[in-house]
Amino acid sequence: MSAVFQVENLNKAFGGLAVTQNISITMNPGDRVALIGPNGAGKTTFVNLVTGHLEPDSGKVVLAGNDVTALGPVPRVRQGLVRSFQVTRLFPDMTPEEHLALAVMQRTGRTGAIFGHYQAKADVMAEVAELLRTLGLDHIATRKVAEIAYGQQRLLEIALALALKPKVLLLDEPAAGVPQSDTPRIEVALAGLPADLAVLMIEHDMDLVFRFAKRVIVLAAGAVIFDGSPGDVTRDARVREAYLGSYANDRSAA
Amino acid sequence: MASIENISASTPARSTRPNWLVRDLVGLAVILVVAAIGYFLFPNNLALLTRILGVALLVLSIDLVTGFCGIATLGHAALFGAGAYASGIAAVHFGITDPLLMVVVGAVGGAVAGVVSGAVILRGHGLAQLVLSIAVVHLFHEAANKASAYTGGSDGLSGITPDPVFGIFAFDLWGRTAYGFAVALVVITFIVLRLITRSPFGMLCRGIKEDPIRIRAMGASVQGTLLKMYVISGAVAGTGGALNAISTQVVGLDSLSFTLSAEALVMLVLGGTGSLYGALIGTVSFMWFEDFVSAANPFHWLTIVGALLIAVVLFAPRGLYGTGLSFVERFRGNAK
Ligand SMILES: Nc1ncnc2c1ncn2[C@@H]1O[C@H](COP(=O)(O)OP(=O)(O)OP(=O)(O)O)[C@@H](O)[C@H]1O
Ligand SMILES: [Mg+2]
Repeated sequence: MSAVFQVENLNKAFGGLAVTQNISITMNPGDRVALIGPNGAGKTTFVNLVTGHLEPDSGKVVLAGNDVTALGPVPRVRQGLVRSFQVTRLFPDMTPEEHLALAVMQRTGRTGAIFGHYQAKADVMAEVAELLRTLGLDHIATRKVAEIAYGQQRLLEIALALALKPKVLLLDEPAAGVPQSDTPRIEVALAGLPADLAVLMIEHDMDLVFRFAKRVIVLAAGAVIFDGSPGDVTRDARVREAYLGSYANDRSAA
Repeated sequence: MASIENISASTPARSTRPNWLVRDLVGLAVILVVAAIGYFLFPNNLALLTRILGVALLVLSIDLVTGFCGIATLGHAALFGAGAYASGIAAVHFGITDPLLMVVVGAVGGAVAGVVSGAVILRGHGLAQLVLSIAVVHLFHEAANKASAYTGGSDGLSGITPDPVFGIFAFDLWGRTAYGFAVALVVITFIVLRLITRSPFGMLCRGIKEDPIRIRAMGASVQGTLLKMYVISGAVAGTGGALNAISTQVVGLDSLSFTLSAEALVMLVLGGTGSLYGALIGTVSFMWFEDFVSAANPFHWLTIVGALLIAVVLFAPRGLYGTGLSFVERFRGNAK
């Protein structure tokens, strides 16, 4: 199977602080990868670098065989590299329905139209309804985002990424800020993702990580210190020391 | 799983979509009624009413880029003046005196000016953007001043004699035809802009105003979208300029001035940004108030206008329309 996403020797420093050190990661279609690491390890920076929101000092990003290192964020999204944000980025004055309709129309090349209304487009409305249902947002579909709960905004953030039908999906802590009662929705949404989509999820909730990931990458101080199966990660001495600590002990004890 | 299904089942989708078509038809009816009242109440002042409508198109065009896209500009008269000169020059030097054709020429002139000034202004952000917009209007002003062979320079471009509208309605001394023509232009523009601001493209613009990074993360081009809005805005401003040229039969350098740019922005803020209605209300109230106060008290009218503006910005920061709207919403909230 040929790789859909390759990152080679990525480096980035802010002033003297090296936040990304020689990171190389390859993902294949259908991969379910969790990227974990302590606060400040450089996880979000990694996402910013590969999506073109930040410029790397050196290194290469290849998407479905195309070198996209020199491209800005917009063409990368159009080629199927989609991210979500750790801190929700939404339009406060728009409704969830409008958000998703905009994303669907953008994906299908219809946001240039200066006439017409999204509610008159049956295919858009059907897809939006489906996304709203999946993430349990249908009952607040026509409220302004500024008026809905943060947990619901987090779910909308995920729905927006899904609406773009990516090839590679990078989720930055999708469950952070979502109340415990709503995390099953995220898991349902994740479980329902297309089988050939490559997903990388940053997450601190280790239960979620272990249920979701077939592969775990651990980042510490900007460098990859582990890349392997979820079963091995809890046994890795360096990972225990750097991050997992108590969780790994609990697990082995249980 | 079971719990999730329960949650969605117990809270069915609300079906309270805002009925925007009805609301817009009401809005349109209000505009027409106000226009008719103006006609019958001020039969000797139709020239002023027509001028107000020309400036209203300029203020609407600023609302498109400022209210809907969040672009700061103090140079939008460049697009208005470009439209005025384009249609005036077409009439005087190229014999294009059909008023509808003159409007088309003005709109195209404004759109071209929109491309040029948009390409410059969109390179900056915030204050830099504001300064660039001021620079642009000064450059346009200077260019018009220098090209006096075509523009008449500081004497202005005169000798514009438009044909009757549809070959039937001649432009009369009382300005009745001009007023009717102006109302028609504003109403048509308003309907078109209403559609544009609700379109997918209009949604994209609103999104850019609220969070351009999110828009990029959705794969949409921010600069390209804004430039397109600048062109549309230019066409609207140019239409206003053409209307001004047709109704006053002269074009002066003041139509390309920083002063007009700034005043138009003030009118927009006064009425309220981002709603189209605010632009119309702001223009009408500012220009009517200015005319009224300057006649009533020729010595202190500027002071009074200034005081009014401070009062509005401090006590009704969302503008007359926005504040009125929130009053209505609060009233409705209490009624429930
Ligand atoms: N734009 C920036 N300028 C300077 N330093 C930055 C910038 N962005 C991030 N950093 C620093 O880089 C380091 C890595 O930050 P990053 O946000 O990537 O961590 P993270 O792994 O996502 O952490 P968390 O789990 O808290 O989200 C931190 O020390 C942070 O302070
Ligand atoms: Mg982070």
